Amino acid sequence: MEVSRRRFLSIGPVGVLGGSALGFDLTESINVKQRLRIEGATLAHSLCPYCAVGCSIIAYTRKAANGRTELLQIEGDPDSPVNEGTLCPKGATSLQLAVSRRRVPQPLYRAPGAAGWTKVSWEFMLDRLARNIKASRDATFVTQDAEGNVVNRCEGIAFAGGAAFSSEEGYLATKLMRGLGLVHLEQQARV
Amino acid sequence: MVSLAATFGRGAMTNHWRDIRHADLILVNGANPAEAHPVGFRWLMRAKLDRGAKIIHADPRFTRTSAVADTYVRIRTGTDVAYFGGLINHVLSNRLYHDDYVRWATNAGFVVKEGYAFQDGMFNGFDREQGVYNTKLWAYETDQDGHARIDPDHPRSVLNLMAAHYRRYDADTVSRITGIPREQFMQVAGLVGEMGRPDKVMTIVYAVGLTHHTTGVQLIRSGAILQLLLGNMGRPGGGMNAERGHANIQGNTDHAISWDILPGYLRIPAPGQKDIKAYLDESASIKQHPRAVNFFGENYRRYLVSLLKSWYGDAATKDNEFAFDYLPKPAANASWISIFDQALRGKMQGVMLSGMTATSIGPDSNQVLQALSNLKWLCVMDPFNTTSSEFWRAPGMDPAKVQTEVFMLPATHWIEKDGSFTNSGRWAQWKEQVLPPEGEARHDHWILAELFLRVRELYQTQGGRFPDPVLKLTMPYRNPRKPELDEIAQEINGRDLRTGKRLATFVDLNDDGTTAAGDWIYTGHYPEEGNLTKRRDGVQDPGRNDPSGMGFYPNWAWSWPANRRILYNRASADENGRPWDPERPGIAWAGGKWVGDVPDYPPTTGPGPDAPLPFIMTGEGVGRLFSNAVADGPFPEHYEPIESPIANPLHPQQSATPVAFMYDERAGRASRFGTPADYPYVATSYRLTEHEHYVTQNVEHLVQLQPEAFVEVPAGLAREKGIETGDLVRVSSRRGKLEVRAVVTKRLGPLQVDGRQVYQIGIPIHWGFVGINTGQHWLANALTPFVGDASARTPEYKAFLVDIEKI
Repeated sequence: MEVSRRRFLSIGPVGVLGGSALGFDLTESINVKQRLRIEGATLAHSLCPYCAVGCSIIAYTRKAANGRTELLQIEGDPDSPVNEGTLCPKGATSLQLAVSRRRVPQPLYRAPGAAGWTKVSWEFMLDRLARNIKASRDATFVTQDAEGNVVNRCEGIAFAGGAAFSSEEGYLATKLMRGLGLVHLEQQARV
Repeated sequence: MVSLAATFGRGAMTNHWRDIRHADLILVNGANPAEAHPVGFRWLMRAKLDRGAKIIHADPRFTRTSAVADTYVRIRTGTDVAYFGGLINHVLSNRLYHDDYVRWATNAGFVVKEGYAFQDGMFNGFDREQGVYNTKLWAYETDQDGHARIDPDHPRSVLNLMAAHYRRYDADTVSRITGIPREQFMQVAGLVGEMGRPDKVMTIVYAVGLTHHTTGVQLIRSGAILQLLLGNMGRPGGGMNAERGHANIQGNTDHAISWDILPGYLRIPAPGQKDIKAYLDESASIKQHPRAVNFFGENYRRYLVSLLKSWYGDAATKDNEFAFDYLPKPAANASWISIFDQALRGKMQGVMLSGMTATSIGPDSNQVLQALSNLKWLCVMDPFNTTSSEFWRAPGMDPAKVQTEVFMLPATHWIEKDGSFTNSGRWAQWKEQVLPPEGEARHDHWILAELFLRVRELYQTQGGRFPDPVLKLTMPYRNPRKPELDEIAQEINGRDLRTGKRLATFVDLNDDGTTAAGDWIYTGHYPEEGNLTKRRDGVQDPGRNDPSGMGFYPNWAWSWPANRRILYNRASADENGRPWDPERPGIAWAGGKWVGDVPDYPPTTGPGPDAPLPFIMTGEGVGRLFSNAVADGPFPEHYEPIESPIANPLHPQQSATPVAFMYDERAGRASRFGTPADYPYVATSYRLTEHEHYVTQNVEHLVQLQPEAFVEVPAGLAREKGIETGDLVRVSSRRGKLEVRAVVTKRLGPLQVDGRQVYQIGIPIHWGFVGINTGQHWLANALTPFVGDASARTPEYKAFLVDIEKI
């Protein structure tokens, strides 16, 4: 008997797998495990962050006692016409990408010639970077080229990235960078 | 992107993942979907298991895709132009093409202008000084209205020129270049040759194994030409299916994080285009057939003006050409390698990287490290440290000598924000915010908005160079420092400025400043009724949600343009609107309207011999077998990689493409290319299932599954060199080296190429000096050459020369 996961869950803890190849009924234990893992959880729809197949995922979260949102589980979304509930090894372990001790906890600054990072505030970083951007823009901005054409371009700053941006972030990045006059603009499409 | 746009008018995967199950024959070239796109690969397997489709996998390496293919073809990396060329020759010389389709839907009968020539490996119009072709010379003969002359029997008809061009690609020549045994090639040709029948359909699936060559654009063009000849474009189960490698490359290409375009594939203006008219004259396609719709060309101005209204609002007026002068006009190519070339020349001051690590990506990572050292400042926005944020203390670097100021800004992950991803098949799917930002991490778009506003404030208080665009750019968000992605989605969709209402279709965009839209191809994804990318009517109820039964699922998310699932689908039906294969219809004219998919055609225009031609995005109205929209030739030609073990058997005196862009040579830097005498083996690079480029070096389970850098060495070569599996080997190119373990394998067999044996070495790309597993100090791209193709400047990651020795 073929039972899809959706149907399996909707049937509930009745022995649909009774008489399985293992010779005993796993139904109850599987369901108990399922209940424990996502019991009381909030369900959200997201997408796999890796390749561009565009697999839909379901993420289960729960508010922990300390108020933090805890990510319990990520699994393939059975409704998607793209992945029909399946995920590859990367998608299936994407919880470990989302929640990681390896995240950079705060802004880090490395001065010219320094041998290590300095922990700094966002305010320090944003202020200093904005000044750098303006200085580099002013130093390398060309309003007219040698032939007298109006070109209004900033030659000395490049922006690259965004293959894992949301599209709306990408659009804003393009708008802001073109607004500054950048011509060097790139993401992971070519490389 | 370049090759498909040059052939059909748009640069995107033509069909979509689920659609691949409709194919009878699947050619997989330059891709390994079973390992790199495992879940997408299920649709190739469904074609095979459910309808007996055959899969032919041509690849230097026997992979898990090969393992389930019906035919595995071992091919020398970078020679797919010859492989496809042989197939095209077989189809042409045996008249196996889909004749009705070719006559109606391609430029086969168009007459090429006198002067066209191809001799000794060179097309006409080469400028030796500049190293470029004058592509304008590759044009049609035209009448007084500018329409192309059509005469299939003319000696210079596209079909006749093509037949002459491809006649050289006979089976023996193909075998000599590619290393594919002649008999095996003829078997493949036999299968492909059947796909020109209306009741058969073939698809071509490819990835960066085709693009990452100095001939990358022409490798893909070759497949596209074959598909046009067989009548497989626009049809369910057909098409040219480019597998994108990152979650949202497609969406962010659509929105133009790319030096050469503005959102919606409008070209970036060039110097000398002093107003919109001058820009349109050189950018918009021109109608070249009386029955061409020329949709893009006719509407280009509406899309540009609507974009400028989005960006510059009230500052964009009729009187100031809608602030056209605010758009930057680049002097030259400004793509990926150019950024680092400019840094090496001392002209680049600052680089901002977001989720993209220059050091690992290369090419020629050692040279990129030098380029990063030349910067005044580098800003890295990423959730994790990367080989770029840490570049100043990479192995071999002396931090004291690196004067670059480095900013590491902790950014949020995809799951900590909402917004949409557009997958390879152009489906824009919305995701919800699942988690709040971790610790001090901030969203990339909030960081960028904050930086921009701070720069604006500096210009307001201090003044500076041409501040107008910085001061006038619209930031129409409730909190401009923290825009919501929902607000930006609405801006992208666009609105009628007179009513304030969001638009439901790009047909309603105007060129007089009364409408605004950030990206016309997304107009309609967020109409007044709401955000259609959130729709979720999927396979839970196929009867209701897939009314055509063809797997379009029109109310699952939204696909550009206009929720169309298959591009160019007008060509899925014949001139009279009847599907070529009634079992697999794309669209059909029935009862006075088009039914099926959203038609890629004027929706209320019927079919017939006087009706508009099927490819609405080109000025010709048809698909281009001959195209002057590429920089390296109107027909594809086989050229050797820049580093190759042999001289080109077709024209040894012009072995590599004459228009590859040699950055070091142009800048007066010393050559970094090797010769076969010093580096006798061909190398190619690729991904493993368990890793995604470099970020997964931070994911425990994946590092456990594939913990360590290695190279794959063919068994015969390993015997010659005394290398066994597990031995440490040194693989070196002229540019750098890896010292890693060897995996000796039969997956990479020897090839007989041009009368001699050639070995290929396989190099997975994923390791660097940052990640869970420390001590993995080897960057695969330390080996790859700093060179780009003529049209797209894509680096040649997939074919270069190395030596190997046991340590």
